[in-house]
Amino acid sequence: MAETMVPPGVTSGGPAGAPHGAPHGSHGGAAEGETRRDFLTLTTAAFAAVGVGAVVWPFISSMNPARDVLALASTEVDLSPIAVGQAVTVVWRGKPVFVRHRTAEDIQAARATPLSELKDPAPDQSRVQRDQWLVVVGVCTHLGCVPLGQRPTDAKGNFDGWFCPCHGSHYDTSGRIRIGPAPLNLPVPDYTFTSDTQIRIG
Amino acid sequence: MAIGLHDSTIQNPVLRWVDQRLPVFTMMQKEYGTFPTPRNFNYFWNFGALAMVTLMIMIATGVFLSMNYTPHTAHAFDSVERIMRDVNYGWLIRYVHMNGASMFFIVVFIHIWRGMYYGSYKAPRELLWILGVVIFLLMMATAFMGYVLPWGQMSFWGATVITNLFSAIPLVGESIVIWLWGGFSVDNPTLNRFFSLHYLLPFMIAGVVFLHVAALHITGSNNPLGIDPKGPQDTLPFHPYYTAKDSVGLVVYFIVFAFLVFFMPNYLGHADNYIPANPLVTPAHIVPEWYFLPFYAILRAVPDKLGGVLLMFGSIAVLFVLPWLDTSPVRSMRFRPVAKWSLYLWLVSFFVLMWAGAKPADEPYVTISRIATAYYFAYFLVILPLLGRLERPLSLPESIAMPVLRGGGPVLAGAAAKPMEKA
Repeated sequence: MAETMVPPGVTSGGPAGAPHGAPHGSHGGAAEGETRRDFLTLTTAAFAAVGVGAVVWPFISSMNPARDVLALASTEVDLSPIAVGQAVTVVWRGKPVFVRHRTAEDIQAARATPLSELKDPAPDQSRVQRDQWLVVVGVCTHLGCVPLGQRPTDAKGNFDGWFCPCHGSHYDTSGRIRIGPAPLNLPVPDYTFTSDTQIRIG
Repeated sequence: MAIGLHDSTIQNPVLRWVDQRLPVFTMMQKEYGTFPTPRNFNYFWNFGALAMVTLMIMIATGVFLSMNYTPHTAHAFDSVERIMRDVNYGWLIRYVHMNGASMFFIVVFIHIWRGMYYGSYKAPRELLWILGVVIFLLMMATAFMGYVLPWGQMSFWGATVITNLFSAIPLVGESIVIWLWGGFSVDNPTLNRFFSLHYLLPFMIAGVVFLHVAALHITGSNNPLGIDPKGPQDTLPFHPYYTAKDSVGLVVYFIVFAFLVFFMPNYLGHADNYIPANPLVTPAHIVPEWYFLPFYAILRAVPDKLGGVLLMFGSIAVLFVLPWLDTSPVRSMRFRPVAKWSLYLWLVSFFVLMWAGAKPADEPYVTISRIATAYYFAYFLVILPLLGRLERPLSLPESIAMPVLRGGGPVLAGAAAKPMEKA
C-alpha cells in the first residue's frame, strides 16, 4: 500500500537526506518516510497493547469468583417450621437472606401503599411468588449492612419491616425502601418452590 | 583513576574500592552530608524524616507479624489472639504495628499541614507535592486492608461498607464489587487478597517515597519564610545540623509512640474489633479508624449515594490540583494575612469533620458535617483562587539569612546593602 504512494522519481529505499537540493524530491521523500515510520510505530504499539491486555486479563479474571465459589451458589430452605409472623435468616452466597412468613396485616399494609409513595416503585405482587412468603436479600442497598427486624425484639422501623442501624434506612413489609439513604428495595433473589414447604434460592 | 571508575574522594581503601565502582558513599555524602538546606527550619520540618522512620517500623513489624498470621476466615482472628498471648513478644510487635498506623497518620497529617501552611506545594515543587498525595492515597489503602486482617466485627463491616462504595458507580458498580470480593460477599477470597495487597503496598509506598525524596533533592527544601536561598549564607549542610534536629524530634516521637504502645495500646482502636467477624450481625454503630473519620463524615454529609462517594474521593483528589488552585506567588502563610486565617478555619473544619464522623448519622451532626464539608471544599475551590487576586501580602524579607541573623522582620532598603554581619 505504501509503495503506491511513492512519487515518481524518488526511490523508496533512497536516503532521506540525499535529495536535499531538490524541493520536490525532498518533500516527497520526507512525507513518505514519516508515513511509513508512523504506520510501523502505530502497528507495533497496537500489537503491544493487545499483547499486554491478553497477558493482564488472566490476572484480572483470577480475582473474579472462582468455580467453587460459584458452585455453592444455591441454598435449600425448609419453610414448615416458620409460623405466621415469624422470620428466619439463611445464608446464601455468604449473604443473609430474610424469609418472612407474613401476616394478613403485613400483606394488607404492603398492598395498600400507593406506588407514588415509593422511592423505588414496585408493587408487592411483583416481589412475592406466594403472598404470605417474602424472600429478600438481607443486605441494605446503601452500604451493605444487615438491617434489623428479623427477631421479635428488633427495631423494625416506621413501616414494620426492617431498619438499618448504620445510616437509618427504613424498609416496609415488602422489603421496599421507604425512608433513608438507601437507593433501592431489598433485592428479591431467584428462588423456586420445590414443594409447598421447601424453596431453593439461587 | 582508571577509565570506567568513579572519581571517589573517600579515603578508606575498602569503602573507596566500592565507591569507585558503585558511588553510593559519594551519593550519601552529597544528598545527606553536605546537602545545602535552608538554615531557618522549624520543627515542622522533622515530619518527613519521622514518616520515613514510621514506614520502616511498619514494614519491620509487619514482616514479623505475617510469620504468625493465618489469612483464613476460620483462623485469622485466633491467629491474632495467639500472637497476643502465646508468641514471644507478639503483643509488643502487634501493638507497635497497630499504633504505628496511627502514628503514621498523625505524622503525615502534620507533614501535609506543613506543606499547606508554608506553601510547599507551589512551583517548583508541584510534582513533589503530587507524589506526596499519591503516597497518602497508598497509605490509606494499606491501612484499610490491614484493619481487615484481624477479622473482627469492625474489620468485616468496615470492609463491607468500604467495598460497597464502589457499587455506587453507574452500570459496572455491582460487577466491580463482586470482582473486588472474589465472591458474593466479603469472605475468604477477600481476606486472602487483602493480605496479599497489604504486604505489597508498603513496598510500593517505599518506591514512591524514593521518587518523592529524589524530587525534593532537585528542587531543594522549602522553608518557613517560603523564599528561595540566595547563597551559602542562607543554607547549612544537612549533616550535622539537621540530622541533629531530626534526632531531637525523633526522641519526642518515640516518647509519644511508646506511651501509646505501653500505656493505652487500644485507646485509638475500637472494642468491637475484639469480637470475631459475624456476617449476619452488623454492629449497631460502625465507625472507621480515627484517621478516616473526616472523609467518612464527608461521605455521610451527602444524601445521595453516588454524590457522597464522589465528594469523599474528591476531598483527596482536590489536593492534586492545589498547586494550581492557589494562584498567589507568596508561599508562606506568614506573609498572607487573609489566607492564613482561612487555612486555620480549614483546619477547624477538618477537626469538626473528624468529630462528626464518629457520631451517629443524625441531627445535628449531619447539618454540622454539611457546613464543615462546604468550607473544606470552599477553601480550595473558591477562597484560594480569589485570594490570589484580592489579597495584599506583607512584604517578604530580603533573604533567609537577614531575619535569622538580625532578629526578623522585613528588611529596610538601606540595610540590605550593608555587608553581612556575624551574629
